[in-house]
Amino acid sequence: MKAAVLQFPGSNCDRDMAVALRQAGADVTVVWHKDNGLPDGVDLVAVPGGFSFGDYLRCGAIAANSPICKALVAHAERGGYVLGVCNGFQVLTETGLLPGALMRNMNLKYICKSVELKVETAESAFTEGYGAGDVITVPIAHHDGNYFADEATLASLRDADGIAFTYLDNPNGSVADIAGILSENRRVLGMMPHPERAADPAQGGTDGAALFRTLVGQLANA
Amino acid sequence: MQEPAITPDLIEAHGLKPDEYDRILEIIGREPTFTELGIFSAMWNEHCSYKSSKKWLRTLPTDGPQVICGPGENAGIVDIGDGQAVVFKMESHNHPSYIEPYQGAATGVGGILRDVFTMGARPIAAMNSLSFGEPDHPKTRQLVHGVVEGVGGYGNCFGVPTVGGEVRFHAAYNGNCLVNAFAAGLVDADKIYYSEASGIGMPVVYLGAKTGRDGVGGATMASAEFDDTIEEKRPTVQVGDPFTEKRLMEATLELMETGAVISIQDMGAAGLTCSAVEMGDKGGLGVKLQLDDVPQREEAMTAYEMMLSESQERMLMVLRPEKEAEARAVFEKWDLDFAIVGETIAEDRFLILHGNTVKADLPLATLSGSAPEYDRPWVEPAPAPELGDVVGVDPIDGLRALIGSPNYCSRQWVYEQYDTQVMADSVRTPGLGAGVIRVHGTDKLLAFTSDVTPRYVKANPFEGGKQAVAEAYRNLTAVGAKPLASTDNLNFGNPEKPEIMGQFVFAIKGIGEAVAALDMPIVSGNVSLYNETDGQGILPTPTIGAVGLIDHADHLIAGTVREGHVALVLGETKGHLGQSALLAEVFGREEGDAPAVDLEAEKRHGDFIRDNRDWIDVCTDLSDGGLALAAFELAEAAGVGVQLDSGDTAQLFGEDQARYLVACSFDKAEALMAAAGRAGVPIAFVGKFTGDTVRMGGSEAPLEELSALYRGAFADRLG
Repeated sequence: MKAAVLQFPGSNCDRDMAVALRQAGADVTVVWHKDNGLPDGVDLVAVPGGFSFGDYLRCGAIAANSPICKALVAHAERGGYVLGVCNGFQVLTETGLLPGALMRNMNLKYICKSVELKVETAESAFTEGYGAGDVITVPIAHHDGNYFADEATLASLRDADGIAFTYLDNPNGSVADIAGILSENRRVLGMMPHPERAADPAQGGTDGAALFRTLVGQLANA
Repeated sequence: MQEPAITPDLIEAHGLKPDEYDRILEIIGREPTFTELGIFSAMWNEHCSYKSSKKWLRTLPTDGPQVICGPGENAGIVDIGDGQAVVFKMESHNHPSYIEPYQGAATGVGGILRDVFTMGARPIAAMNSLSFGEPDHPKTRQLVHGVVEGVGGYGNCFGVPTVGGEVRFHAAYNGNCLVNAFAAGLVDADKIYYSEASGIGMPVVYLGAKTGRDGVGGATMASAEFDDTIEEKRPTVQVGDPFTEKRLMEATLELMETGAVISIQDMGAAGLTCSAVEMGDKGGLGVKLQLDDVPQREEAMTAYEMMLSESQERMLMVLRPEKEAEARAVFEKWDLDFAIVGETIAEDRFLILHGNTVKADLPLATLSGSAPEYDRPWVEPAPAPELGDVVGVDPIDGLRALIGSPNYCSRQWVYEQYDTQVMADSVRTPGLGAGVIRVHGTDKLLAFTSDVTPRYVKANPFEGGKQAVAEAYRNLTAVGAKPLASTDNLNFGNPEKPEIMGQFVFAIKGIGEAVAALDMPIVSGNVSLYNETDGQGILPTPTIGAVGLIDHADHLIAGTVREGHVALVLGETKGHLGQSALLAEVFGREEGDAPAVDLEAEKRHGDFIRDNRDWIDVCTDLSDGGLALAAFELAEAAGVGVQLDSGDTAQLFGEDQARYLVACSFDKAEALMAAAGRAGVPIAFVGKFTGDTVRMGGSEAPLEELSALYRGAFADRLG
């Protein structure tokens, strides 16, 4: 299974993402933002956390307009898999691959801590290692994780079973406690929490490991 | 532009004393130009020259088989085995943070990160030690918010985990907050870069962000006392851009891989001046700079401004000329400036050209090496008066006073604003004791702590200096680490006052004795003097940052207390209440002597912990607040109650040194006590962890209620 991890200036979880994917068995290439195309035969594109372009203008906005993101969008439109974590989620909403937007946290402060998430759906290559309703503990670390979507968008997300994770104790003001969402074809996941920071016992928790394990396993068999 | 005439007022405005100016005349044999005056002022101010402290810094132990590089470079370097090394330093950014808290703190973090990656190391951990005025002082809340957001804003974006630190409040910091930033990086021992230039006619390359007028004169400002004109100094505070710093770090490390770098130096205080002089001086070479080639952010900048600018995120490098194209390509990839701005020359000259004029022409070695050095008069600190009677307190009331105070409540409000886990190798994040980071791709762990108890140092600079080191040693030991080395960040008042200089001298003596006894040589550091406002000095605050190694993850002591665990105190409890947290918080008394530090006992007890870690599930050092606070913190973290047998104020809240609180199962406790008996280490059974209340002697309260107080107090007072 081949994965590409995108690297923008200011990305700082690119290595962490590559490590978690490799641990799960993926063959990972790191791809520079100025590249025009993805390596051949990539199954999954991961957009990592960090502060792409310094979060200037709007989190993820400049990255979403970089050359590599044209290739990212084309990959998704071909039915390819995409995982966006934290700043990666922000990039995915800015590209329009996922609906909604991520605003400043309600308390206006950066928040880094472990939070409990409820797995809302097990129906995706990302979440089928969990049971629907499972509660997992995964760290968050963001200043702009306050998910917003209008009522109509929320209704279609709910109708399509597109809410992947919700917060048990909403830390940032996200509408409907949303921590992560899936695209309509269920092949694009954006989430604010960092599963790559809970993928190894040394990190004090392994609840994020199942996401990478099942994702890599699924795509390897696909 | 017409340059100002050199007048006594201008000389004074540059922080140069008349006798220092006479020395300049003697060195160059003529009146300096305006630019030259600025250069001398930058090189000779306290911040850059250490002119008041050098004599005493030389007395500190800095060597050991583990030390690869001691003080004098950008940061210290220590061997951690397997061809790897840890690079670290702590540095203050006190004055800028008081003037402009967000940017002052942010650029403090930026500066220390640059010191680390300049040497070829990727930063892997950061800490910060913060001291503020009284919680209710009108400036404090704004400073706390600004500084914490600044530290987080820079470190989070850069992408280094913040793994520990300190936050304290005391009236003595009302007019001078302290922001001490620590960073550590990881490097292969055969890929370390130093600042020593070599080769004649080698290109001098400017890297990173463009030069603006920010920070012009910053180092001189940081070497002066404050008064009520402080707001006027805001323009001397530089502005940070962590996004540029992150790119500069990646580009610098990539550049080093190409083999293009002969020597490299970051531009910190007095940027272009200090970095160029440093590289030339270390290599015994002269440096010629053509300022027209310096990337500039603003128009019509003068030579004076460029030489003194403290614009952030810049480096100076001496390049292997044959690698120029390769090196330039790396910086173009990261969209950063890369400009050849000069060359190394054979003559001993610091030659600055701008337009077609010589703006400065100074003897480089003399400029660097002949900074004034003072043996400032000092007086031996008076012995602390004996502590008067202390009435006993109800133990729960005493505990409540501590955990409800901004000084001893949970720091969650602070550290949740820092990314503590980026790089995905964080094993222990802030909260309790030392932070622990896994050495990426290995089973080795590094532990980090920063410690000082300024009340002790004020009462007894010698014992207080020792104590800061001893507490760092214990915090590293409590997670199972072997302490390797230290960095010292020495914050004091005006050294021209003999009693302040006396505090400095005796604190250094204490630190020196302790690092020698505990084998934690000082490998880097920083001195911040003149921390006074309107003549009021801070508490002497020599912050010790220390790093320890755990050679295998299995040797980490990091458990959580469980129901039924036994509580043992290792080390002797006499009940020393002088200068204790209880005395200060409950009675508002800062009296008595600091606790004495028995370095031999510290060493023996530390070794005992490391040798017997198999019997220890949980361990924490006893310091501020004594047994009562430590036991509460362990219980609170685990959500399990605790019962301590003693209800005695001195037993519970005394701050005797060389002590640890250990929690373990009953079986392990028996083995541990037997081992302690054999080793001659005092150990005592003091209670157990059980239930859902905190009980000390006959006094009891629900853990949940105390926990809410502990966790909410910071935000309640300062949020």
